[in-house]
Amino acid sequence: MDKMNGAQLTIKLLERFGVDIIAGIPGGSNLPLYDALSHSTTIRHVLARHEQGAGFIAQGMARSSGRPAVCFATSGPGATNVMTALADAKLDSIPIICITGQVPQSLIGTDAFQEIDTYGMSIPITKHNFLVRSARELLEVIPAAFRIAGEGRPGPVLIDIPKDVQLEMIEFADWPAMPQRECVKHYRKQDILQAAAMINAAERPILYLGGGIRHGNAHDAAIRLAEKNNLPTTMTLLGLGSMPTNHPLALGMLGMHAARYTNLILEECDLLLVAGARFDDRATGKIAEFCPGAKVIHIDIDPGEINKLRTAHLQLVGDAGSVLAELLPQVESKNRQDWLNRMAFLKKENPFIMPGADDPCMPYGLIRQIAALADHETLIATDVGKHQMWVAQAYPFCRPRQLLTSGGLGTMGFGLPAAIGASLAHPQKTVVCFSGDGSILMNIQELATAVEQRANVKIFVLDNTSLGLVRQQQNLFFGKQYFASEYQHHVDFVTIARGFGMQAFALGASDDPVATLTKAMQTQGPCLVHVPIGRNEEVYPMVPPGAANKEMIGGENHASA
Amino acid sequence: MQALKESYPCPPSDASGQKVLELTVNNHPGVMSHICGLFSRRAFNMEGILCMPIGDGKLSRIWIQIAGNSHLDQIVKQLEKLEDVRSAVLHPAEHEVFAKLEEYFQGS
Repeated sequence: MDKMNGAQLTIKLLERFGVDIIAGIPGGSNLPLYDALSHSTTIRHVLARHEQGAGFIAQGMARSSGRPAVCFATSGPGATNVMTALADAKLDSIPIICITGQVPQSLIGTDAFQEIDTYGMSIPITKHNFLVRSARELLEVIPAAFRIAGEGRPGPVLIDIPKDVQLEMIEFADWPAMPQRECVKHYRKQDILQAAAMINAAERPILYLGGGIRHGNAHDAAIRLAEKNNLPTTMTLLGLGSMPTNHPLALGMLGMHAARYTNLILEECDLLLVAGARFDDRATGKIAEFCPGAKVIHIDIDPGEINKLRTAHLQLVGDAGSVLAELLPQVESKNRQDWLNRMAFLKKENPFIMPGADDPCMPYGLIRQIAALADHETLIATDVGKHQMWVAQAYPFCRPRQLLTSGGLGTMGFGLPAAIGASLAHPQKTVVCFSGDGSILMNIQELATAVEQRANVKIFVLDNTSLGLVRQQQNLFFGKQYFASEYQHHVDFVTIARGFGMQAFALGASDDPVATLTKAMQTQGPCLVHVPIGRNEEVYPMVPPGAANKEMIGGENHASA
Repeated sequence: MQALKESYPCPPSDASGQKVLELTVNNHPGVMSHICGLFSRRAFNMEGILCMPIGDGKLSRIWIQIAGNSHLDQIVKQLEKLEDVRSAVLHPAEHEVFAKLEEYFQGS
C-alpha cells in the first residue's frame, strides 16, 4: 500500500505520465502541490511571471512536441490569469493540462479570499474540466485528463483541486495506468472508394490542409497523395508547414491575407478535399461564396466539424493520417496538366508581391533574412498582428510544428512565452520569436523567465509604434480615422531587454543590418532585436472582413499591368 | 471517450413542431452547467429542461425540449462530444414527458 497526500499523489502521477517540466506560479491554494513538487527529482519547475505566461509556456511545449504539457496556477487571480491561455488552446486544439489550487471545500461558496468559480469559468474554454472532491478521485481524474487532452481532437483540460484535497492522506494499492486513447474511425471502405472516385473524376481538385494534419502526423500521407494525383495544396495558418513552402504543388496560406493566386485558384476548383481544417472565417471569407463550384470531401476527427459551416458531399470522420493513407492506393496517378497549367498561369499573372524583400530592415526582407540565417530545425513563434501575417506569407516553412502561432483566438502576448516553452521542450534548437510592439508588451514580464531559464529564444520586435492590423482596418474601412491605434509614447525596447538582463540589438542604429542579425542569431541564450517599421507598411493582399475571398485589396502585380 | 456515442439518425427538421432530446449523463454537480452552457454558447435554443438522477445515482437522465427548426444535427454532435454525456437520443415526435408536465406550467 502506498500512503501519501493528494498533492504528493498528483505529482507522482505527473511523473509517471512522463511530465518533465511544469510552468506555473505558486500561491496560497496550491502550496501543498508546490511542496510536493519541490521533492520531485524528475520534474523541473519553470517559474513564470504571470499565469498567462505559464499557460503559454505549456502551450509552447505542447505545440512543438505534440505531447500534453502541464501548467500550475493558484486559485482566484491565478486561475483568472491562466484562462486566456486555456481559451487559446481550445480554439487551436492544443493538449495542455492546467492544475489550479482551490480554496478548501469548507470555504467554497463563501466568497473566501482568492476564491473564484474556476470550474464554472473554465467550462466553455476547455475540452473538459474537473473539480476534485477527494484525494482518491485524483487516481481517476489525472489519468483521464491526459487521455482527454490528447485523444481525438486534442484540447485543454483543467483540474481544480481544493487545498484540503491536496492535504488529504490516502492509502491505495495500485497505481493507475496511462489510459489508452480511443481510435476514432467512423467511415467504411466504401466511403474511401467513393472519395477516391470523386478525386479521380475531378478536373480541378484542391487539397486544403489544416491544423489537424499536424495533430495526426498526416503530412507525409498528405504530400504523397498530393504528388500522386497532382493536387494543388493550400494550407490554413495552423496548417502551414504540412507541405513545404517550396513544394511545386504548394499554394501557401488561403484566406484573408493569402497570395492573390491562391484565392483565385480556389474560386475555380471543382473539388475541395479538406483534411483537418474547419472552414474558419479567416480562411474562407464569406462562406457562401467560398469555392462556389466545388464539391467537398471533409476529413476530420471531430464529427462536429462536418456540416457545421459548409455541407460536405462526403464525410470521413477519423484520423487524417489514416484516412489519407487509405486514400493513397485508391487514387490514380494523374498529371493534371491543364489544371497545373492554369495554376501556373494564375500564379504568373497574380504573383505574391513582397515589397522590400531584399532589405533586412523591411518586414519581408527581415523575415527572409532570418530564414536565411536559420536552419531547418529552427522553430518560429509569432505574436499576433501584422508581423504574424508577414511571417505566414513569407517564411519558408519546411515541416509541421515549425510554426507556433495563435490562430483561432488570435492572442497578442502569445509569442514570447510560447517561444520559451518551445525552447524548454527543445533545448538544442533555436527558437525565433517574431513579435510586435503591441504584442510584446502584453507578456513582456516573461523576458525575466527567458533570462532565468537561459532559453535559446531570439526575439525580433517589429515596432511600428501602433496596433498595426487595427490601424490597417481603420485605414481601409474606417476612413483613416486612426483612433486608439497609434501609440503616443514610444517604449525603448532595447533598454528594457537589457534591464531584464538580456542582450539586445537596435537594428535601426546598425550600419550593417545583416551583420547585426547574424550576431543576434548566433548569440548564446536569449536576445532581443528591435526593428523599426513604418506605420504605413500594410499587410496585402487583404480580404475585407465578411467579404468573399475574391474581393482582395492591394498586392496587385503592377509590373505586368 | 471520443468515439461517437450511441447515436440515432436525426429525424427530418420540422419547422413547426418541437423535438425532445433524451440524454444520459454522469451525475455530478457540474454536469448541468456543461449542458446549459453548451446551448447558450453555441446559440442553440433550449425551450425546456428536466434532470433527475437514475439508478444508483451515478447517472442522470436529462430531457430537453428544443424547437424543431434548430440545428438538430449540430446540437446532437456537440452534446455527444461532452465527456459527461453517455448517450444522446433525439426523439422524432413530441415526446410525452413534457406533455405530462403541462399542468405544472399553466398560467401567465
